[in-house]
Amino acid sequence: MERVELSVALRNNRSLKNKVESESGVVLSDCYQCGKCSAGCPAAFAMDYTPRQVIRLLQLGLGGEALKSHTPWLCASCQTCYSRCPREINLPRLMEAVRQEAKRRGIIPERKVDIFEKAFLDTVEKYGRAHEMGLMVQYNLRTLQPIKDALLAPPLLLKRKISPLPLKIKDIDSVKNIFAKVRNEGGSKQ
Amino acid sequence: MKYAYYPGCSLEATAKEYNLSAKLVAKKLGIELWEIPDWSCCGATAAHNRDYLLSLALPARNLAIAEKEGLDVAVPCAACFNRMRTAETAVRESRDMQKRISEILGSEYKATNKTRAFLDVVVNDVGLERIKEQVVKPLKGLKLAAYYGCLLVRPPKLTSFDDPEEPMTMDRLIEALDAEALSWSYKTECCGGSLSTARTDIGVKMIYQILRHARDAGAEGIVTACPLCLLNLDMRQAQAARVHSDQLNLPIFYFTELLGVALGYEPKDLGLDTHFVNPVPLLEANGL
Repeated sequence: MERVELSVALRNNRSLKNKVESESGVVLSDCYQCGKCSAGCPAAFAMDYTPRQVIRLLQLGLGGEALKSHTPWLCASCQTCYSRCPREINLPRLMEAVRQEAKRRGIIPERKVDIFEKAFLDTVEKYGRAHEMGLMVQYNLRTLQPIKDALLAPPLLLKRKISPLPLKIKDIDSVKNIFAKVRNEGGSKQ
Repeated sequence: MKYAYYPGCSLEATAKEYNLSAKLVAKKLGIELWEIPDWSCCGATAAHNRDYLLSLALPARNLAIAEKEGLDVAVPCAACFNRMRTAETAVRESRDMQKRISEILGSEYKATNKTRAFLDVVVNDVGLERIKEQVVKPLKGLKLAAYYGCLLVRPPKLTSFDDPEEPMTMDRLIEALDAEALSWSYKTECCGGSLSTARTDIGVKMIYQILRHARDAGAEGIVTACPLCLLNLDMRQAQAARVHSDQLNLPIFYFTELLGVALGYEPKDLGLDTHFVNPVPLLEANGL
């Protein structure tokens, strides 16, 4: 990272800071950087910044760097950090707000995670329920990995643990309405 | 003892044996389950990662149906349980949110009913004493690691029925069935959840740590209350072992399956023949 003038960075990044704070309900200045969140994070080994560092970046006005980070996309929402934080900071909610803002700006550091979640919600909007078989096929096609986990499919089918055809709920309109109204409320495009 | 029952999408597919065994043990223990008619997906990880409001409205649709019946909702899946608790709490704590969610659903939802983990219902509402009275095949000799994962016990102010660091509900059930519940350090570690699909490389590392620590503690099997935990630990066990040049043969059980065996059901009727790591030889070796 290049050298930055922190007072300028802080001034320029105030709107981003306010945005993630209002969307997550987290007050960034609550964090005194003890690091307990990151010591217990089971996915930290795969992250570029630890959860504590993501908060520090936002506190210092270096939100642009936080938006590029893979960390919010690799957070498994296991709630360990939130359960242990002495300041009761809801880090998983903060990570969600950061990645949603990144996505709005077209920054998607973990494209496969994004595609998987989109495929998941598409099946829910269409059928009212998640359909695991269809989801895997869609995910593989959209990520150009046609044979990923292909060896797992025959035993799953044999054990009748996945079905080739989706089951649509009767009142699918009520679920479609939920998606439509949330979009109208100015929610993200999902 | 009557509850609305929300199986969730996994219990219709990869976790169908969880559904099967939950319904059988409920019947035996006198728990009446009223399956929410035409229930829909809770939105799972994808919804809360992408849109907070959507992540509340999707589970609320199901909770609202149960509320009209005046019933609390029993949920076997730890992830659905967590999402539903999140939704009901958000609605209960804020009038503004209650209005917004009711508006999105197109019907009034006040969160007067409560979501309960099926494990909590079995252990705390039925009670271990009553379960013990009904055990016909004690699981004597089985050494088991109770694995809670994340969403059953965290965050504690939301899940509320057990300790977030050293939960014991499942351990107490295992002991009540006469098996041995081992002390081990990974009972609340995360299996990676849905990361194992999009980032399998990261997922298998998290899965392996849990399996290895259970084995090293002397476990012959792991007991879960979550479809995604079981899928990860069972279906991806061979892959996790291979990546780490190890060999593992650890059957993974739903607590309802072992409870079902102890209550006298045949393993096959409980769906125990549908796992990737076959648990039947371990049961047979112990005369079950």
